Amino acid sequence: MHLEGDEKEEKFNRLDQVLAVYGRDPEQLIRVLQEAQHIFGYLPEEVQAYISHKMDIPVSAVNGVVTFYALFSTEPKGKYNVNVCLGTACYVQGAQKIYDTFRDQLGLKDSDTTEDMLFTVRSSRCLGACGLAPVITVNEDVHGKLTARDVAELIGRYKKKEAAGEKDEGQELTRPGDYQELSSPGS
Amino acid sequence: MRVRNLQDLEIIKNCHLPDLNVRLGIASADGYQVLCCTGTGCSSSGSKSVIKALNHHIKSQGLQDRVRVYKTGCFGFCKMGPILLVHPGQVFYCLVSEKDTEDLVVQHFKRGQIVERLLYKEPAEHKTHLHMRDIPFFQAQMRIALRNCGLINPEVIGEYIANDGYFALYDVIHNKKPQEVIEIISKSGLRGRGGGGFPTGKKWAFTAQAKDFPKYVVCNADEGDPGAFMDRSILEGDPHSVLEAMAIAGYSIGANQGIIYVRAEYPIAIKRLELAIRQAREMGLLGSRLFDSEFSFDIDLRLGAGAFVCGEETALLKSAMGQRGEPRPRPPFPAVCGFRNKPTLLNNVETYANVPIILRKGWAWYAAMGTETCKGTKVFSIAGKINNTGLIEVPMGTTLRTIIYDIGGGIPGGRAFKAVQTGGPSGGVIPAHLLDTPIDYESLSQAGSMMGSGGLIVMDETDCMVDIAKFYLQFSQDESCGKCTPCRIGTKRMLEIMERITQGKGEMKDLEELEELAGDIKDASLCGLGQTAPNPVLSTLRFFREEYIAHVRDKTCPAGVCRELTDFVVDPAKCISCGICAKACGVGAISGEKKKPFYIDRQKCIKCGACQARCPKEAIFKAAMGGEVTDANKPGDNRTAYPTP
Ligand SMILES: Cc1cc2nc3c(=O)[nH]c(=O)nc-3n(C[C@H](O)[C@H](O)[C@H](O)COP(=O)(O)O)c2cc1C
Ligand code: SF4
Ligand code: SF4
Ligand code: SF4
Ligand code: FES
Ligand code: FES
Repeated sequence: MHLEGDEKEEKFNRLDQVLAVYGRDPEQLIRVLQEAQHIFGYLPEEVQAYISHKMDIPVSAVNGVVTFYALFSTEPKGKYNVNVCLGTACYVQGAQKIYDTFRDQLGLKDSDTTEDMLFTVRSSRCLGACGLAPVITVNEDVHGKLTARDVAELIGRYKKKEAAGEKDEGQELTRPGDYQELSSPGS
Repeated sequence: MRVRNLQDLEIIKNCHLPDLNVRLGIASADGYQVLCCTGTGCSSSGSKSVIKALNHHIKSQGLQDRVRVYKTGCFGFCKMGPILLVHPGQVFYCLVSEKDTEDLVVQHFKRGQIVERLLYKEPAEHKTHLHMRDIPFFQAQMRIALRNCGLINPEVIGEYIANDGYFALYDVIHNKKPQEVIEIISKSGLRGRGGGGFPTGKKWAFTAQAKDFPKYVVCNADEGDPGAFMDRSILEGDPHSVLEAMAIAGYSIGANQGIIYVRAEYPIAIKRLELAIRQAREMGLLGSRLFDSEFSFDIDLRLGAGAFVCGEETALLKSAMGQRGEPRPRPPFPAVCGFRNKPTLLNNVETYANVPIILRKGWAWYAAMGTETCKGTKVFSIAGKINNTGLIEVPMGTTLRTIIYDIGGGIPGGRAFKAVQTGGPSGGVIPAHLLDTPIDYESLSQAGSMMGSGGLIVMDETDCMVDIAKFYLQFSQDESCGKCTPCRIGTKRMLEIMERITQGKGEMKDLEELEELAGDIKDASLCGLGQTAPNPVLSTLRFFREEYIAHVRDKTCPAGVCRELTDFVVDPAKCISCGICAKACGVGAISGEKKKPFYIDRQKCIKCGACQARCPKEAIFKAAMGGEVTDANKPGDNRTAYPTP
């Protein structure tokens, strides 16, 4: 992990709070992992090992769960997480092209994340907003009725936001137990 | 306040009833109630800022005592969102944006005049409709599971109670034996809405008979089926009906604990559920000794983490216990050995949503709707190549034609209907000649498809059936948990064949091999995912074999979809001779001159798509290789087929 001492300590402190609520119950492993991913942005080995130790679950079992579920990532993700829906409704409305255009315009080939760690582009199956197909999400924002043509503008909008130094809204972390958007890294 | 008895419930009901009666058109009122949809669709089209702006203008016009704005769940007509419904009068405003709000406040709420331009216009006939009930999309519907969606504020428990919520729970606990409740559910004919259609009463009876304790009630809110969003809308628009039903189920089978397994991709649903559970606990409608009886019941949430197979019941139970969601053989069924290896009742969200109203109105009322074998109504999400995408509820036995043409408004762009896909990755396609089939579980299986959870994806002539089958196979391949070989390897082999076919490298014997493999996978897979994964291929082979043959023998994709079997072509009618495409083309395949449509040399083109992406007029499209360019294979504008009202 490339975290500075203080930041790292602060994040582990937050993880400790989560563990204080759910840590004693092995049934809550998925919840703990979700919260941990929210805090760290992804689930590096160090964090998995920490959770394994605190919850008294073998590290192999923790890793087994992490690798099973699509929502968990063991790679760091970009600041703006683009999730292109490739569910059926979106697919028949041309979502594949939107996905390809995103990757193309951001120059992504083998990796999901741009080198400057600004964008991660992935796909998922149905976001449940099929009436607006094709649909993508960028962190918490949902964008519907897209065409491949809108991609450049969207990328530009988030780049501009970044250049203006705006803080990404809607990212405040509250006490564990409140549901938090799980797939987005903190800013 | 804590609700202890019927009187307490009545008090709360009476608090909120006047408001509700105005919305139901039973009472008139002095001021206005504005119901603004905050479902996922409308939220993403900006309903939050609309609400903010409305409140701002209401205040600045000094109307805050006469106009109140409420949040509601999905009306189903998400494509027209953000949607506002104004009472009294049920005036339906759609595609409302922030900048319309001042007009609305001044014109409608201050002067009492309708804002015509925000009303719904029928795309074909340019007919404008004032009331929600007159809009064709809503007319053929019968909203039972969706009864509260778009009617009440899902964040206020009192509004749910005002529409008779929690009365069934009270009645059951104080006036009925568990056995009687199960009998009512059995006689109603309700069947599981999660896909399989297992009789709900029977499942409750099995779980009630189990001797082990404690028992659990689980709600399957995983909704993994791509293209389906009914469970999401129910949870967002009417969470209490699911909570009430689970408590009733708990009473009937002898369980005190419920679990809702909901996918993490549904943040609004999760928030509303958490809020609903908190409010119900505060009122004593969840927790210990409900209505001062001996019966206690509480509910917890578990979040899914994005694996389709976790919708399968045995996998779901494992995942809810914090493990890898891998299915296990059944029997033992969850009714005997489920959550924490104890007897567990597991039902789908929509199944639960029907329970309270069945108990209030009686089994005979419910059983009077539907077909011989399938009673009641079914919620469908209609999406794809259809004018009115959205969420609808119709009696079982309604024909696909009614759904697609009367409610769905037909196919956009004047193109021809090709097929409708039902049942998701486990289902199949239904071609045009079966459009008059009255739909229920049996008739759809007879057509080689499935009811599934109710996702209907409409396809037109620009969709390639081979490509669609490949898409579903890819889905099942990606989502297979990998535990059994036929599912893991078999779907992979099938996918390889499908890929060959779509690349023009297929042989005729591939088609037989597909069928053979499909049979083996169906027979030898452990869980429903593998057992049904070949269905989309089998069903498209059955109804669209000639399309497969065109790919294999003629090396062309008639619908103009499969990249290797199509050409890029310029639509002369749309081309404005700007020359942008020619500059974009790296291999010099495009030529043209001023005032004449540009032209792509099919021989030189390497199909990179760069020209198509740049053309400002969307004049470049893919067409069947070597085939003619006709109006039929031109792509449609998928943004919207509507004139903006
Ligand atoms: C691969 C697979 C995925 C499933 N996904 C779901 C789902 O997302 N939601 C659901 O309610 N049922 C799903 N089911 C069906 C459930 O296993 C189960 O039959 C259902 O939840 C029972 O509830 P019901 O009787 O009310 O329909 C799935 C089944 C399989 C085999
Ligand atoms: S059929 Fe497929 S998804 Fe089901 S248990 Fe076997 S490998 Fe897993
Ligand atoms: S870019 Fe489009 S409009 Fe312009 S010349 Fe090419 S095909 Fe015609
Ligand atoms: S698809 Fe690529 S190669 Fe073919 S004409 Fe267009 S830009 Fe040129
Ligand atoms: S298929 Fe994309 S949101 Fe449902
Ligand atoms: S989300 Fe508003 S109508 Fe469906």
